[in-house]
Amino acid sequence: MTLHGHVPPEPDLVQLLTPEGVRVEHPDFPLEITDDEIKSLYRDLALVRRFDGEATALQRQGELGLWASCLGQEAAQVGAGRALRTQDMAFPTYREHGVAWCRDVDPVTLLGMFRGVSLGGWNPNENNFNLYTIVLGAQTLHAVGYAMGVARDGAVGTGEPDRDTAVLTFFGDGASSQGDVNEAFIWAAAANLPVVFYCQNNQWAISEPVERQSRVPLFQRASGFGFPGIRIDGNDVLACLAVSRVALDEARSGQGPTLIEAFTYRMGAHTTSDDPTRYRLSEELETWKHRDPIERVRAYLIREAGVAQEFFDSIEAEAEELAIRIRQACRALEDPSPLSVFDQVYVEITDELAEQRSDYADYLASFEGAGR
Amino acid sequence: MAELKHFKLPDIGEGLTEADILRWDVAVGDTVTVNQTLVEVETAKAAVELPCPFAGVIHEIFFDVGATVDVGQPIVSIQVGEGELVGASSGSGGEDLVPTPPIDGGLSQSVGPTSPNGIPEREAVLVGYGVSGERGRRRKRAKPDAVPAPSANDAFGVTPGAHAANAVVPAGRGALAKPPVRKLAKTLGVDLANIAATGPNGSISRLDVEEAAKLPAGTTTAAPSVDTETRIPIKGVRKHTAAAMVSSAFTAPHVTEFITVDVTDMMELRNRVAARREFREVKVSPLLFVARAVLWAAKRTPVINSTWDDKAGEIVVKHYVNLGIAAATDRGLIVPNIKRADTMSLLELAQAMGTLTEVARSGRTAPADMSGGTFTITNVGVFGVDTGTPIINPGEAAILAFGAVRRQPWVVSSDGTERIEPRWVTQLAVSFDHRSVDGQQGSEFLADVAAVLRDPGLALL
Repeated sequence: MTLHGHVPPEPDLVQLLTPEGVRVEHPDFPLEITDDEIKSLYRDLALVRRFDGEATALQRQGELGLWASCLGQEAAQVGAGRALRTQDMAFPTYREHGVAWCRDVDPVTLLGMFRGVSLGGWNPNENNFNLYTIVLGAQTLHAVGYAMGVARDGAVGTGEPDRDTAVLTFFGDGASSQGDVNEAFIWAAAANLPVVFYCQNNQWAISEPVERQSRVPLFQRASGFGFPGIRIDGNDVLACLAVSRVALDEARSGQGPTLIEAFTYRMGAHTTSDDPTRYRLSEELETWKHRDPIERVRAYLIREAGVAQEFFDSIEAEAEELAIRIRQACRALEDPSPLSVFDQVYVEITDELAEQRSDYADYLASFEGAGR
Repeated sequence: MAELKHFKLPDIGEGLTEADILRWDVAVGDTVTVNQTLVEVETAKAAVELPCPFAGVIHEIFFDVGATVDVGQPIVSIQVGEGELVGASSGSGGEDLVPTPPIDGGLSQSVGPTSPNGIPEREAVLVGYGVSGERGRRRKRAKPDAVPAPSANDAFGVTPGAHAANAVVPAGRGALAKPPVRKLAKTLGVDLANIAATGPNGSISRLDVEEAAKLPAGTTTAAPSVDTETRIPIKGVRKHTAAAMVSSAFTAPHVTEFITVDVTDMMELRNRVAARREFREVKVSPLLFVARAVLWAAKRTPVINSTWDDKAGEIVVKHYVNLGIAAATDRGLIVPNIKRADTMSLLELAQAMGTLTEVARSGRTAPADMSGGTFTITNVGVFGVDTGTPIINPGEAAILAFGAVRRQPWVVSSDGTERIEPRWVTQLAVSFDHRSVDGQQGSEFLADVAAVLRDPGLALL
């Protein structure tokens, strides 16, 4: 008997659509989905990729200060995003463009922060999509806090489909090493909160490979905290959708938290300030290209669902229109007005703040040509 | 109507100030589409490709490969739309890529901190390459008794969006200077139009005015118009060469010695070698034999192949020779070296020299090929000159200049009689570091090189 001799087996991952586009069944996660629904997922994936590519180009053209591309992670994001119900709340990192898309946040809005004209850009309560969080892992604590509120509102386990609420929070393999994330796990487990922890393991925490951060597959960490964890093929939008649905349903029904590890790959740079060729091999990228999240859906639609070329052409045309709109709207994003600093901080503005606001307005009005 | 748009180098990595041009994917006249890759640049953080923001035709490329470009400088202009070009000019004009919100009519007349010279000062910002024009304009607070002259704008030629990366103020435009600097110039009686501007965005700085005031009246320091002088940026190979030469010339006391030598026998040997089958593929040049002579002579005077290690207080005599060959390339002078040339056969040496020259000419010499040299030969003879006083490559103890090989009258003696014959004659010069090499050693080395070129058979001894 030795303490260190045990070698755990390589974990399975849930997959419903192979990289070749073949539909496979999983005993625990059956997914009833029509071909039209899969076509709509394809549209999500393709448009998100086009938007993301355009944003990257805009950064390279000096229109954005920075961009964090989600290239390669579209399925992980769209699968989870499409599993959400209206009343559910999502807490993203700064890379969840695909989830934002599913929550109907206008892509142009996402650019504001990266262009430096906004500190956030949208009202989190309008689409139930929190602001992008740059601090690594902090949003998991926000999500847990929100879930505590949900529990105290009694919006868990009532059996009413439009009332029971789940909270979905995103983070990466790198953030999983953060204290915040581990604290969030502890609180979620202790209070049995309706929160789903959705880790997109894209293999690289900037330049740090995941195997240098964890001795065990990330999803296995959940068992130490006392809740289930599961690994899914993060490049398989159907698996992401199916497993997210189950986890969110269980959260809504009061069964507590889940950790989902969406096993995926960051095809691009960490951000536009990063050069991945300095730390990873092109072979690795080539390997993952064969597991592309969009190509497999396309292959399925063509081979198994008999979808005609016109469909793909129309999506392509729509993507092109989106790109043109994004490009124009990005360049037209206006600087915020100085007085807007008073607008979003408090629910109700205090007397003191109202006075400051008025003073500041007078000050601004004292400039030549004021009144704009 | 066509319009000229400028693409300025953006800050692609959060706070970078410059980038090097690695590769252009387009040429002047090419039709480009939106997001087509234009150029690859390398910053301190990454090598990235920049996609084109406009669809149109490449009108002008402002920087060559290898250039270091400041963020915000236009790197390429693109003609957008059909027909005659509106406002086409080189390096200025055209639309700023940064979108400008609608201009407030009242504001555009104001003389803000950015406008006396028409060139907005760039502000340090995180997004893009900085705000410019109206975006960055701070408004002046209204003061009833200080209304700016309505003509201020015309006087200083406000051109929103115009870029002023050039330090030289184009002729016909007002000199750029801040009001306190103008005041200083007036006080010192200096005409701003005659001053070379070294300040930001081509503006005249306080220092420029003070310098100009020291000069005799009537002198101008301003850069003359483009026609009579060309200003070449000191960068890249040129900058490196300059630094190396200065460092060498002012740390190592150079002594240069010369010798004239009859190399007729060497030239005959060369012809015989060149005719040999195994040498068919390689160039058998006189330089090859000079290299061999140097390697031979260096064995007899080892200190010629050494380094002065100031820090350690030691002279490091190398038991190997990495033989540097100075090469003139399009990019300037580079000195790649042949590693362990002392262990090579004549054929191997010829092959190595051929490869080295070819690689250098094509601009592909790797940094490793240029470091670690122990002795250098500079073949000034290829330019038709007799000799020179070469400067030692830093870190080495000596350098040999090989002059042109010419037919010259030469006194030949045999059997006690002397006569004048046309012979192949050349001059050699060696500069050595007198800290480590004394006159005796340097002279012996040079005499040895000359001797073996005069009589190649000596190498058999």
